[in-house]
Amino acid sequence: MGYKAKFRVWRGDAGKGELKDYTVEVNEGEVVLDVIHRLQATEAPDLAVRWNCKAGKCGSCSAEVNGRPRLMCMTRMSTFEENETVTVTPMRTFPVIRDLVTDVSYNYQKAREVPSFDGGDVKPGEFRMQQVDVERSQEFRKCIECFLCNNTCHVIRDHEENKEHFAGPRFLMRVAELEMHPADVADRRQIAQEEFGLGFCNITKCCTEVCPEHIKITDNALIPMKERVVGRRYDPLVWLGSKIGIVKRDKTKETPKA
Amino acid sequence: MSEIERLQFDVVVIGAGGAGLRAAIEARLQGKKTAIISKSLFGKAHTVMAEGGAAAAMGNANPNDNWQVHFRDTMRGGKFLNNWRMAELHAKEAPDRVWELEAWGALFDRTKEGKISQRNFGGHEYPRLAHVGDRTGLELIRTCQQKIVSLQQDDHKELGDYDAKIQVFAETTITRLLKDDEGKICGAFGYIRETGKFVVFEAPAVVLATGGIGKSFKVTSNSWEYTGDGHALALLAGASLINMEFVQFHPTGMVWPPSVKGILVTESVRGDGGVLRNSDGKRFMFEYIPDVFKDKYATTEEEADRWYEDPDNNRRPPELLPRDEVARAINSEVKAGRGSPHGGVFLDIASRLKAEQIIKRLPSMHHQFKELADVDITAEPMEVGPTCHYVMGGVEVDPDTGAALIPGLFAAGEVSGGMHGSNRLGGNSLSDLLVFGRRAGLGAAEYASEVTATVPESEIEAAMAEALEPYEREGGENPYAVHQELQQTMNDLVGIIRREEELEQAIEALGKLRERVNSVSVEGGRGYHPGWHLALDLRNMVLVSECVAKAALERQESRGGHTRDDYPEMSAEWRKLNLVCRLSDGTVELKRQDMEPMRDDLIGLFELDELKKYLTEGELPSEEK
Repeated sequence: MGYKAKFRVWRGDAGKGELKDYTVEVNEGEVVLDVIHRLQATEAPDLAVRWNCKAGKCGSCSAEVNGRPRLMCMTRMSTFEENETVTVTPMRTFPVIRDLVTDVSYNYQKAREVPSFDGGDVKPGEFRMQQVDVERSQEFRKCIECFLCNNTCHVIRDHEENKEHFAGPRFLMRVAELEMHPADVADRRQIAQEEFGLGFCNITKCCTEVCPEHIKITDNALIPMKERVVGRRYDPLVWLGSKIGIVKRDKTKETPKA
Repeated sequence: MSEIERLQFDVVVIGAGGAGLRAAIEARLQGKKTAIISKSLFGKAHTVMAEGGAAAAMGNANPNDNWQVHFRDTMRGGKFLNNWRMAELHAKEAPDRVWELEAWGALFDRTKEGKISQRNFGGHEYPRLAHVGDRTGLELIRTCQQKIVSLQQDDHKELGDYDAKIQVFAETTITRLLKDDEGKICGAFGYIRETGKFVVFEAPAVVLATGGIGKSFKVTSNSWEYTGDGHALALLAGASLINMEFVQFHPTGMVWPPSVKGILVTESVRGDGGVLRNSDGKRFMFEYIPDVFKDKYATTEEEADRWYEDPDNNRRPPELLPRDEVARAINSEVKAGRGSPHGGVFLDIASRLKAEQIIKRLPSMHHQFKELADVDITAEPMEVGPTCHYVMGGVEVDPDTGAALIPGLFAAGEVSGGMHGSNRLGGNSLSDLLVFGRRAGLGAAEYASEVTATVPESEIEAAMAEALEPYEREGGENPYAVHQELQQTMNDLVGIIRREEELEQAIEALGKLRERVNSVSVEGGRGYHPGWHLALDLRNMVLVSECVAKAALERQESRGGHTRDDYPEMSAEWRKLNLVCRLSDGTVELKRQDMEPMRDDLIGLFELDELKKYLTEGELPSEEK
């Protein structure tokens, strides 16, 4: 049932580090995080790893396993061959604090820049929304903020210089979530393009591929946002749609909020 | 002392789950300079694990629902040991707190009329839980997190600084509350995980919102943060804990594979029609309806199944009994040899709902079983068993303000005690967080308006020396080994079914473990050192475990989350008593304390026949009422 697995784990801090080899016991049904915990409890008590719920709900234990951005708690050991070396490294896009723990404060800075929900004049208890209308934004609110999408996005993965003007898929999706929120009255299209770098996204769908919540970030959030930003004025299809009466909502006529 | 950072606030909130964030929002709305201290990253607290929903008598699904019905359900669920004033405030204020979340951007599932949808849950007479699929806790915490960001944006606009009035300290752990010469709270001492540097928060008011104690048990649904920090900090500061013997074992945790044993399977599975079966395929819950609930639960499968469509003319399925009842029933079935292959029982939703409906209503359960256990819950039953989930006991507080017995100390959420009595109903914790988080934030803000804080240097020196002890010792034990033994001890001896001899053994074992905790050692630097963090958390876990074991030994009856094999009956005499833990010269001392009699108008909400099941003769209202 149990076997000895070969692990290579990145050890080090902001200054320097290296991959260290370990041989460690693995039992039936275990995930990568279990093995990392076993290392902590036995030969590496100071091995730094960020984790919390160990159930794929909090998004804390993001790392790269054999080069793939993943949650360690949702990566089952049974997906590897017993003789395969499992390499665990920290997320590459964010600065390392120590070992597998990275400084993800970039994400929290970007979160602060997105103009918040604005419910207008509706009083608490008086909101009326249909299920079908809330479902679009509900999909994006499944996000557990593991930041694997931002880690993966090539706009910033190897381009530190883009971080200042690019909010990453996570926060462009947050903009989309608010734009599609049936009760929100603000308009964030201009800021999405000018401040958050929506135009950088060339829809390679890498973010969607690594999302542990299987949110269709590119198809359901980023592409529709791009369409909204382009606006009807420049889009002959939307223009045609409005002539034959398919397109009803016209958000472009709303005044952007200061 | 040059390496210690000192920061000044009006209100410091320890804990960044639902209760902590709601308390902080309130303190900031009252104009107070507020700090939020989070052991994890901002937005990752244990609240994200809450699945089912927030109970609030909005009456959207059934117009007969109101605060009185919710109050009655809560008292019944807690077997009348609840602090009735807390249960009253909770039932009255929960709807406003849920609606407020919506005004902050939360997106709950909807009814056909466009209102917030409400679902059925164990012990709730009507569909009452506002929910978002089965990830309601995430919605709650994200909404509070985003509300805080929006307040920070307001402050940035006005004062040029996001952190001017409300600041989040992520990955920061408090190890001591600080008290001034008069015995008032004056701040908190802790370390920043990333660097290991110490920090002193000077503040007249501190709100504890640290959650529970589950990490003292081996099989638990709780995350690593749940080490009883707030419970222990309160004890060490001289405050009291009540009801610590009452620990809720959620009936349905995953039992296989071993590495995920204990992870929660939401009660919504049963609320949406899921049934429990033993290895004979029998729906065994019909055998386990206790006398106090006999007239409220269906006695045949036919009636139980009709209830989902026609709740007004049928009684509820017994799968929806309060959690303590269901957990004990599962335990008995497994003991009798009628369990599933991996030591649980079967929870079947596959034969009850269509696959699309299951995926729609229980998406994260579907995902969780598929990814972690290779089980497709739309095609086969789950295997489930009890898991340590929630502690009803906690800091003794004033119901209206959340104030503890030490001036300047407040508590809300799971770390506070009284609200849920001997057993919490599902759905009542998310609403508890909001109602009492707000009240504690308000209480702390009002108190901080009148009091200033001065921290004595000696307090800081003592706290720092204590935090560094694991580095001072050489060749001591590995903290992980001590932790594993503590978890095994609590699981084996203070678990779901308790006995006098085992509890005595546990108390003795905990005494020895405390010695060992005092001798663990760590090496290396202080930056992000998990071994050091655990070494410090162990003090809290052992202290809280002693409270649980001692109170469990003292209470000679079975009630809610406390089942004594040697005293299987519920006793009306014991109902009148709270057990109160305090620390005296480092030892946990236990005191019996009379409960305050329920206010007449509240007791009048119950039928006399029902009251007779719980109260002593002398406590009953006179017949003519």
